[in-house]
Amino acid sequence: MDSTIIIEKGIFIVIIFAITMLMAMYSTLAERKVAAWLQDRIGPNRAGKGGILQPLADGLKLFSKEEFLPDTPNKFLFVVGPAVSMSVALMTSAVIPWGDKLHLFGRDIILQATDIDVAILYVFGVLSVGVYGIMIGGWASNNKFSLMSAMRAASQMISYEVAMGLSIIALIMMTGTLSLREISLQQSGMNWNIFYQPLGFIIFLVCSFAETNRTPFDLAECEAELIGGYHTEYSSMRMGFYLFAEYASMFISSTILAVLYLGAYNYPGMAWAVENWGVNIANVIGIFVLFGKICFFIFFFMWVRWTIPRFRYDQLMRLGWQMLIPLAIANIVITGVVILLFDS
Amino acid sequence: MLTTVFYILSALTLATAFLTILTKNPIHSAIYLVICFFTIAGHYLMFNAQFLAVVHIIVYSGAIMILLLFTIMLMNLNKEDEPNKRGLTIIAAVASFCLVCFVLLAAFLKSMPIIEEYYVSGEDYQSIKILGQVLLDEKEGFMVPFEFASVLLLVSMIGAVLLSKKEEKISV
Repeated sequence: MDSTIIIEKGIFIVIIFAITMLMAMYSTLAERKVAAWLQDRIGPNRAGKGGILQPLADGLKLFSKEEFLPDTPNKFLFVVGPAVSMSVALMTSAVIPWGDKLHLFGRDIILQATDIDVAILYVFGVLSVGVYGIMIGGWASNNKFSLMSAMRAASQMISYEVAMGLSIIALIMMTGTLSLREISLQQSGMNWNIFYQPLGFIIFLVCSFAETNRTPFDLAECEAELIGGYHTEYSSMRMGFYLFAEYASMFISSTILAVLYLGAYNYPGMAWAVENWGVNIANVIGIFVLFGKICFFIFFFMWVRWTIPRFRYDQLMRLGWQMLIPLAIANIVITGVVILLFDS
Repeated sequence: MLTTVFYILSALTLATAFLTILTKNPIHSAIYLVICFFTIAGHYLMFNAQFLAVVHIIVYSGAIMILLLFTIMLMNLNKEDEPNKRGLTIIAAVASFCLVCFVLLAAFLKSMPIIEEYYVSGEDYQSIKILGQVLLDEKEGFMVPFEFASVLLLVSMIGAVLLSKKEEKISV
């Protein structure tokens, strides 16, 4: 491995990190703006022009608050909880292809931090580890309400992981690969997976709402029963980390949805653009197209949050185990039969 | 470089494994075990076995240990709740531990170093395509044992469901 690759990947990873943070930051503002728009209000508009500096003001406020440590015997784990949540939310972006490639300085730069053989499994591994941040934080708070709501959030996440994995299996049977780069290359033009796997897409979408603990599945934050959720005892920037991790994982979920089902960076006429306008321009457009799809999904997450009321806990579990999982299994069987009938 | 990484990983594996048994708090020891599993996944990565490493993380750290943490957190284990262990059980535990140690020691002493015989063949041993062919090929692969293992998992799953059903009847 020569040093140019290391430098190239290093710069790339820093850019991805910055973009994820920026998107998460402005998601907080966008959420409040969307909520205001849906409820016919104006929303935050004091900090900067039209409220554009609101996230910075929020961050400043969180930093300047007193950091309160509850009287818990596990001070170290209490600090580790939000750190795990945050780092896990940022880890997934390593395997996502943000674009095909750029031709700069006489060499092809592949717009992906690393192209591993097991990218989808890696995403699932990171997702399943994300539960630890919530569980450790909730337990170390030494508060029964925090513990119960951490349990709720964690059991919800592991139940929906099953349906999510099953819905992905049908997709993998179709694409024949686990590499996200190859999956996005296969969807060139308008050959998007959503047209072949509509049921799988819907299951995956519902599960990603549950995985990010967003409404209608945000039972962890049920104020009426559980005070404020697993981060009840957290204050200042530690709580900020938990909230921020939620927005970061929302961005990552949107990205995975866009890459797996909505054709990643592909847009109709990309091949034509590569021929006539050159690789660089076509791919820069591709990156913007991907970000457009991601922004659509982030908007969709917010749209649902301010439209659909929260589920009850037993309804949530019934939806996960008795409806989504059988549907996902049926989807696998149908996909298998169709592949056997039409591909051979 | 790789040797240094190996030593760091092994030190971490051993340290967390020992801490798992030595810490008094059950949740702390569960968390040490999770870290131990992660370092073992790191060892798999050093063999260039990406699939094994990721599946190890998903299954052990992502599923089994989380369920274990669930039970420990909800059970609220205290010193007073612990059942009194009789002397005979302690003696039996120590004896079986010594036996395991004896077997392991014998295995290590009798084993032959074959590390010189390894060579880089450039062949692909770890990608999912190869693994799938090895596991599910009908003639040369391990299809029958593989399917038997899945039947075993299915049986244990049905058993777990049956256990929970029975309890329901008694409580009603």
